Amino acid sequence: MGHDHGSELSGVQRRVRALESVLVEKGYVDPAALDALIETYETKVGPHNGARVVAKAWSDPEYRAWLLADGSAAIASLGYAGRQGEQIVALENTPEVHNLVVCTLCSCYPWPVLGLPPVWYKSAPYRSRAVADPRGVLREFGVELPADTEVRVWDSTAEVRYLVLPMRPADTDGWGEEALAALVSRDAMIGTGLARA
Amino acid sequence: MGGMHGFGPVEPEPDEPPFHADWERRVFALTLAMGATGEWNLDASRFARESQAPGAYLGETYYEVWLAGLERLLADRGLVAPEELAEGRSLAPPRPLARRLEAEAVAPTLRRGGPTVRATERPARFGVGDRVRAREMNPRTHTRLPRYVRGHAGEVVAVLGCHVFPDVHAHGGGEDPQWLYTVRFGARELWGEAADPAAAVSVDAFEPYLEPA
Repeated sequence: MGHDHGSELSGVQRRVRALESVLVEKGYVDPAALDALIETYETKVGPHNGARVVAKAWSDPEYRAWLLADGSAAIASLGYAGRQGEQIVALENTPEVHNLVVCTLCSCYPWPVLGLPPVWYKSAPYRSRAVADPRGVLREFGVELPADTEVRVWDSTAEVRYLVLPMRPADTDGWGEEALAALVSRDAMIGTGLARA
Repeated sequence: MGGMHGFGPVEPEPDEPPFHADWERRVFALTLAMGATGEWNLDASRFARESQAPGAYLGETYYEVWLAGLERLLADRGLVAPEELAEGRSLAPPRPLARRLEAEAVAPTLRRGGPTVRATERPARFGVGDRVRAREMNPRTHTRLPRYVRGHAGEVVAVLGCHVFPDVHAHGGGEDPQWLYTVRFGARELWGEAADPAAAVSVDAFEPYLEPA
């Protein structure tokens, strides 16, 4: 799949306009529902949700244990649930094990906690190589792991979605959850990045 | 496409927005809204996107793939004719739909999602720690078993419950729920002696994909 985003393709713009016109004219879609769908994923749902989950897990050992035992329930307790996150498994990064999430078949991704996936996650380079050369892919993200750190790649092939719980950076003792959440990038929760120190 | 070569480096984009053009927003919303009508299910939708000719699929951007999938589903179900898309207007009366996604139903519908886990009386065939082999299979129809694990042996590391089986559900055969397992394969098992000895790849595999190893 091409990984340029193709915004300059006016042929596609015309095709989409024609499609939307026909669907609205036939009454198959409610135009206001289309706007509500777009607004949800542009403004409400995004990686700030997942960052809150991670910050809470770093701050609260009981919540951390719950998150690792039953990700869906622990995440839903913060208000994040539903489409493309019906069943979420949290994966704990440690000095011994680094987790990396991919969907080689398409683009499966935990929407309620991370929003919509970035273009690179859906691109052929990432999908083809994350499973066969995870350390090489991580290097392209500027992440160099010790050679004896085990790399576990999770290919999201069914409806279970994966969220990486990154390691808490050193020297953050006593930080509040809001300050901690600011250290948690989207990539850290996919496994292509680390939480910022 | 797991394991294929030649696609080049991964190119992350700093501060990437959710959409890169207005038409991408529209395709995204139209796909979700039409999916909510119940005229097809998510597995059928994925099959429509992924079963395009490989050359076309690889040449399209992500939302172009969605667009092609939606156009195909609408044509296959007799909801929108190709001539209507060409002219950009309706040329025939609409077909009645079971339901339509209204604006006020968007939030609760997204919140509810589409859980695929199902109760079953049937015991799981495999347990955590079991050695299993992914079957050699090569269906023309929908499947979620990646090609790169077929024929390889791994270990069950989680039993994820009994779920709607996409291979059957995508083609109108009902839900046919099957046990779902996370199976971990060593990188050397999948990619050979040159692979990283400290790497492993897990896939979520339905029971019919697996046999004892």
